Amino acid sequence: MLIRKPSDVPPSEITPRSVYLRRREFVKQALALGLLAPVMPAHAQPATAQKLPGRPSAFSTTEKLTKYEDVTGYCNYYEFGTGKSDPSVYAPRMKTRPWSVMVDGAVRSKREFGIEELLKLAPMEERVYRHRCVEAWSMVVPWVGYPLAELIKRVEPTAGAKYVAFTTRVDPDTMVGTRLPVLDWPYVEGLRLDEAMHALALLTFGLYGEVLPNQNGAPVRVVVPWKYGFKSAKSIVRITFMEQQPRTAWNMAAPSEYGFYSNVNPEVDHPRWSQARERRIGEDGFFTPKRKTLMFNGYADQVASLYTGMDLRKLF
Amino acid sequence: MWQPGRTQLAAIKSVLFALCLVPFAHLVWGVAYDALGANPVEAVTRSTGWWTLFLLCATLAVTPLRRATGANWLLKLRRMIGLFAYFYVVLHFLTYVWLDQWFDVTAMAKDILKRPYITVGFTAFLLLAPLAATSTDAMRRRLGRNWQRVHRFIYLIAIFGVLHFWWLVKRDITEPAIFGLVVAGLLGVRLSRSLRQRALPGRPGAGNLRALSPGE
Repeated sequence: MLIRKPSDVPPSEITPRSVYLRRREFVKQALALGLLAPVMPAHAQPATAQKLPGRPSAFSTTEKLTKYEDVTGYCNYYEFGTGKSDPSVYAPRMKTRPWSVMVDGAVRSKREFGIEELLKLAPMEERVYRHRCVEAWSMVVPWVGYPLAELIKRVEPTAGAKYVAFTTRVDPDTMVGTRLPVLDWPYVEGLRLDEAMHALALLTFGLYGEVLPNQNGAPVRVVVPWKYGFKSAKSIVRITFMEQQPRTAWNMAAPSEYGFYSNVNPEVDHPRWSQARERRIGEDGFFTPKRKTLMFNGYADQVASLYTGMDLRKLF
Repeated sequence: MWQPGRTQLAAIKSVLFALCLVPFAHLVWGVAYDALGANPVEAVTRSTGWWTLFLLCATLAVTPLRRATGANWLLKLRRMIGLFAYFYVVLHFLTYVWLDQWFDVTAMAKDILKRPYITVGFTAFLLLAPLAATSTDAMRRRLGRNWQRVHRFIYLIAIFGVLHFWWLVKRDITEPAIFGLVVAGLLGVRLSRSLRQRALPGRPGAGNLRALSPGE
């Protein structure tokens, strides 16, 4: 497979870890001194995040990373509310232990995986991916995980397995957003089996060298970097292999706006807004124009062959 | 009913003026200190749009409130509120043209033609300009009865404003629905009043004109 690395951003521009950690160190120190106690609700106190390192990957982009605060503070996770900061406020209350993922459907060895077992299933890699939201903004995130294919191979899909569905947890106690029928809960997303087996599709457990914060989909999520962000299901409790294309949450909510494939494609607009450009969070904004969106979010060399002969305007 | 004196009215107007500037001050401060979150352009767009709708509702509330309470002096605040609505919609439009689209005329033309929420928003923006331009006492005298005809466009503008908000949200329509209810209520009050007056013999349509004379 041909792997091209965009090298227009010199490594010197990448935020060194010591710098991005500084603010959190400050917050921790302030917390220790009790300075922030009067202004912070109890659940907003950062837990001491567990380290989760990963070996470097050739799939990583060298673009400038989006700040940790923005990656963890500006999220779409409707189970915790529709505001961008709702997930960072409400998600910390969700318990991510014990946790297990049921793998079932068209596989030879259907069974439940405990989260500890999943964490040890394959060596962790750090993958710095572009992340493009369907709302026309983007980030660069250093995810930690291993190829989803590692898990799929172990459960041995049968000949009938053509698609994979990912189901997100529903817990009305902590997921306050699920008390309203904003989407048809539980949130289900899906991929074609060959998409799920692609080396870029990442079963993800961490970011920035630490375990995932809850608002980013803890304890386990998928990251499919050539598709719009909503395709990458978070806080997964079930992975089902099936013959038929699964019915997915956003597609059911608005079929004309969110297709099953939802590959990043600057030429196919969302019916209500253009997808030709995107705003890189923390970089494009005041006094910098939005940047052009790349076909398959810049991963065309790796994934375009998956869609040979398909009309991507129809199968958007 | 209590009526403010000259100095009291001046004081009320000054306070209102300052209050209407608070959202703007907050945005200026937020931009200067990078305190508008991860996506400041989105924050500015949302805030200016929200306050435009809020102030449009406030201008529409003046007449029903005046009729219900007899506080006729409220009418003297309406122009300022309306002009602030225009101030915020101009900021909203500039945010779109400059910070969002970066003066890309082709892209904006496509947006306006292709995307219903931008079409109605842009139309409402255009319709609001003549209202702002004819808000002075001199223009009001010059236009006579036509002044009211021009300013009745505010009803359409408010409806378009709500549609603009409603059609752009992805899934959670709570906020546009609240604005929709408020606008529907404020227009409904007017409609039911005008229907009742039309039903009264001997006063065909006189109520609306009389209602606008400040001396009532």
